[in-house]
Amino acid sequence: MSEANNRKPLLRVENLRVEFPTRRGTLVAVDDVSFHIDEGEVLGVVGESGAGKSLTGAAIIGLLEPPGRIADGRIVFDGKRIDDIGYERMRRLRGDQIAMIFQDPLTSLNPLFTVGRQLTETIRTHVRIDERGARERAIELLNEVGIPAADRRVDQYPHQFSGGMRQRVVIALALAANPRLIIADEPTTALDVSIQAQIITLLKRLCRDHGTSVMLITHDMGVIAETADRVAVMYAGRIVEVGPVQDVIRRGKHPYTHGLMNSIPVVRQDIEELMQIEGAMPRLTDIPSGCAFNPRCPKAFAYCRTERPDLVRVGASEAACWLYDDARRPDAAGNV
Amino acid sequence: MLPATSEGNGVSGNEVLVRLANLGKDFDVSPPLLNRLLQHQDRVVLRAVDNLSIAIPRGKTFSLVGESGCGKSTVAKLAAGLYRPSRGSIVFDGIDMATLGTRAQTEAVRKRLQMIFQDPYASLNPRWRVSDIVAEPIRAHRLIAGKAAIARRVGELLEQVGLTGADGVRFPHEFSGGQRQRISIARALASQPEFLICDEPTSALDVSVQAQILNLMKNLQRQFALTYLFISHDLAVVYHISDYIGVMYLGRLVEWSDKRSLFDRPLHPYTRMLLDAIPDITMSGRQRTPVAGEVPNPIDPPTGCHFHPRCPYANDRCRTEVPTLMRNNASEVACHAVFEGRLPDAAATGRPAVPE
Repeated sequence: MSEANNRKPLLRVENLRVEFPTRRGTLVAVDDVSFHIDEGEVLGVVGESGAGKSLTGAAIIGLLEPPGRIADGRIVFDGKRIDDIGYERMRRLRGDQIAMIFQDPLTSLNPLFTVGRQLTETIRTHVRIDERGARERAIELLNEVGIPAADRRVDQYPHQFSGGMRQRVVIALALAANPRLIIADEPTTALDVSIQAQIITLLKRLCRDHGTSVMLITHDMGVIAETADRVAVMYAGRIVEVGPVQDVIRRGKHPYTHGLMNSIPVVRQDIEELMQIEGAMPRLTDIPSGCAFNPRCPKAFAYCRTERPDLVRVGASEAACWLYDDARRPDAAGNV
Repeated sequence: MLPATSEGNGVSGNEVLVRLANLGKDFDVSPPLLNRLLQHQDRVVLRAVDNLSIAIPRGKTFSLVGESGCGKSTVAKLAAGLYRPSRGSIVFDGIDMATLGTRAQTEAVRKRLQMIFQDPYASLNPRWRVSDIVAEPIRAHRLIAGKAAIARRVGELLEQVGLTGADGVRFPHEFSGGQRQRISIARALASQPEFLICDEPTSALDVSVQAQILNLMKNLQRQFALTYLFISHDLAVVYHISDYIGVMYLGRLVEWSDKRSLFDRPLHPYTRMLLDAIPDITMSGRQRTPVAGEVPNPIDPPTGCHFHPRCPYANDRCRTEVPTLMRNNASEVACHAVFEGRLPDAAATGRPAVPE
């Protein structure tokens, strides 16, 4: 799907660090995370709960909840830094250039206003257009996201829509100002499988038509496999692997990616026992030294317990793992 | 082509441990009495489970799948005795649960079946130590006498689920989601049940932890010859854990079969759509066709076959006449189109093509 070469990065995140000061010291929830998203590209960000993927998304769009804060790093959007611009400029950027879709469509919609009013308000905030024009645009948008009888439903309230239809409304809201980047945080997690498939197909089509870039945050590997061009895998606040979707899903380089993929049951695949990664992701209060994955890693060696690996190129991907450092790995043969 | 009967159900060769026969459950969702009187509103009844019959052989796993609101969790609660059925019967090892009279009779059956819930955070009392949580069924059913003996048994149970005896003195909040689900399983095993009802036991867990719990459940099944009724919306998980799978839609069982037949030769158009909606994680490049439409409001379900408004093969008969579950090769399916031969072969034509 992707021809990454002739694209230029729309978003660059460099050495991002998100901290939460607490009474017992500072917790580092996102630690030295760097990645980029090209124009028109879908970057999937996967990881288990607590990996820091949602916080990374929130940090980009300036929606970190205090006391969480960006402690270090830069976020560059369309060539300009956006992590240090004030609240007002960030507010303008949101919706206009960068939009966000959340997991629960009910919390993103105001129950007291009709869907049409919420859409026209959003449109008129970002585009100079009169009320009637905005309404027409709103109906157009509802049509585009596949809501039947849009000219009638535009005057209904969110509770009159089903879960899947609400998520379509949220997508219409996100698209209202023609943003260049959409950050979608678990957009299909609250939906049934059949509706999930509809929403994924819709997102894919819209992004292709509008050339919108997407940062797709999810824990669902199936959604990633179907939607993303590239994937970043997060573990305990860090990116442990990033690469083209085919490579990451089929030939994961980092032992965590590998284990994660093999722990997912697959239909029509008869196996008695699933491969399992022992233990659970560490809490932020006791992240192990060295590679955070080392206590669960079947291939860990002494070096992994003390030194933290950085991302290095492995084939088409990048992985943060000492196995790919010939100087450090104990035996130069046994790669994953 | 044999009509399905409440006894038949086609599971042969194995002794049936649990049989749900023509089971039905209604919920009264009427507006308050005052509104009914003043505004002349009628009583409203939601038919959550409608005429459902399944038989679960001893030592096997029967899974129910379907989208939210299809009634699968209601079936779990009926089977566990948490709801009283509106119609039909639940027969456990030859004993009709409705005929249980005395407390002693009820308890004798109750300890033989246990339930595991979806949310390991909500199903464990946060103020109790793990050892007390796990010991509760032992004490309630007075299975073992003496503090030391109970403590020994609790330690043994915790080890069976991959925890240590020392974990008993801790509180639930000190454990991760996966460990908490292990505690739930230890508690469920405490009364040495034969039948476990598992309502979405891994849905709240991360994938790597889900694999641990699924492996544990399979091991325990082998070890203790457990019978599972497994409720899930995740078809891949269901494929992995089940022997038999039933597909529910708006309160009705629309198809059931052994798992391989169901996945290889799905008959009911809804089953085909569900299978088609599974994300393609192996990246085989298969183009999937999304399911059209959404589940209708269960308070006012469509007439005839509930699925007809979303079904590409529906005709007038489907719109008026409720199809009954009938045998077709390895499966039982409730679909007029299947038995009239109107349905294209799933293997030959691919899946029904439905626009986005």
